Amino acid sequence: MSFVTRGFHGRRRSDADRGRIPPGQYVTSDFPVLSAGPTPRTPLDQWDFSVTGEVDEPRRWSWDEFRSLPSEEVTRDIHCVTKWSKLDTVWRGVSVDTLLDGIDTSAEHTVQLADGGYTTNLPLEDLTGGRAWIVFEYDGEPLDPQHGGPARMLVPHLYFWKSAKWVRELRLQAIDEPGFWETNGYNNYGDPWREQRYWGD
Amino acid sequence: MAGAAVLGRLTWRVADVVDVAAETARTKTITFDVPEWPGHRAGQHVDVRLTAEDGYQAERSYSIASAPDGARLELTVERLDDGEVSPYLTDELRPGDRIELRGPVGGYFVWEPAEGGPVLLVAGGSGVVPLMAMIRRRAAAGSDAEMRLLFSSRAWDDVIYRDELERRAGDRLLVVHTLTRVQPDGWTGYARRIDEAMLREVAPGPNERPLVFVCGPTPFVESVANALVRLGHEPRRIKTERFGPTGG
Amino acid sequence: MDASRLDGNSVAGLLHEIFGTEMTTALGTCGSCGVDEPLGAMHAYRGAGVVLRCPHCNHMLVKIVDSETATWISSTGVRTLRIPKQEA
Repeated sequence: MSFVTRGFHGRRRSDADRGRIPPGQYVTSDFPVLSAGPTPRTPLDQWDFSVTGEVDEPRRWSWDEFRSLPSEEVTRDIHCVTKWSKLDTVWRGVSVDTLLDGIDTSAEHTVQLADGGYTTNLPLEDLTGGRAWIVFEYDGEPLDPQHGGPARMLVPHLYFWKSAKWVRELRLQAIDEPGFWETNGYNNYGDPWREQRYWGD
Repeated sequence: MAGAAVLGRLTWRVADVVDVAAETARTKTITFDVPEWPGHRAGQHVDVRLTAEDGYQAERSYSIASAPDGARLELTVERLDDGEVSPYLTDELRPGDRIELRGPVGGYFVWEPAEGGPVLLVAGGSGVVPLMAMIRRRAAAGSDAEMRLLFSSRAWDDVIYRDELERRAGDRLLVVHTLTRVQPDGWTGYARRIDEAMLREVAPGPNERPLVFVCGPTPFVESVANALVRLGHEPRRIKTERFGPTGG
Repeated sequence: MDASRLDGNSVAGLLHEIFGTEMTTALGTCGSCGVDEPLGAMHAYRGAGVVLRCPHCNHMLVKIVDSETATWISSTGVRTLRIPKQEA
């Protein structure tokens, strides 16, 4: 980067502890809305969430059933591949461990499928062991449709494109199936601490 | 102008700020000298890129306000209070500064005098900028194409290019304002958001098949474009440029 | 209606840099509904990358990811692209 614009700083916090911020990221205090298509507006009485694929028996929850599951408040930093990081974001959601509790599977891979057609793939082990939630509240309020409401995936240890907005289905698979962005240049895994943004990183 | 078209790949170049001048309380016109500027067409825009010392970059697009005429470029920028780029351009930038920009780009939202009229321009706030380039181009070319501008602003003091529009208006260039929030004493013009009824009164009839350019915030553009289609205007003759919330 | 949606015109610079020519006037035929529109009239969304969608049926036409070292484009949603030649 050879050219610097005199006097430009951008709208960022520079006081954050650098150790919390993955390489190449900048801390923001707002919450950018990024999407690949129109915001879906699924009414709650038509919403459901399913676990499908390589499972003994597929599981399905209606909105009321989903909201009766034990949920927890989760505070995490999130990192977007477009270089912004947001610290101490507060969510409420159902742990994916809860959703997969007792499930019998030999699958090692997953695909998240969302309203609007977005998909993203992850190893099953990245969704378990207390590392992922289906969240329905942000900052104490019901999750805004722009930010993925009524419910989205939250997998904060990876770049945020791995957390599908408007998620409706988690499919467990024997084979890895690169998703919407993974087939088009973004890294198959997406670890922000190793700066795995693109293919070949 | 067309003869100096850029061949091959378009890249970032460094432009010099020559002048920063207020248009209204919240908008400024910035004049740039751009080395080897190939010229541009009315309606086109440039991408502006700002780089902080730590490498952080922000990029935004701004419509070119000036008519094509030489190596100088004018952008008119509205300061958005929660914006990241616009406050820098309106408050910090000064003559002598240098900015990276890429352009001109956008061949879709352009008007050439050769296309003739009638032309309907519908502007929401700072959406007037590319349409002003068309008005200026028309004047510079001595075109007598019939052109009408319907311009929505919040208040009389917020009307960008107000005096120049008054000077340029004539029998073949109609300028109609609507002030949506506050009107001056004695105001007899429109005082509400643009709607189907207003468009029916101001626009050429659909049978005249006007070329239509609509520019402004996304909800404004959607509302106006839909109203024009309901009035019978052909969708393919309506071109839109939305300033989304990513601007600023 | 999404306030975050823009026109293809808003990515004119990116497309020009990639293709080496003005692309907002290129006509794309939607692979789903078959309607032609200039790329400048497509619906543009900015997510992790850029997505262009058909303004009639919302079918995904083009997906672009742009890094410092490469650009990835998927345009399988476009049946045909007609690119006008620039005047010399």
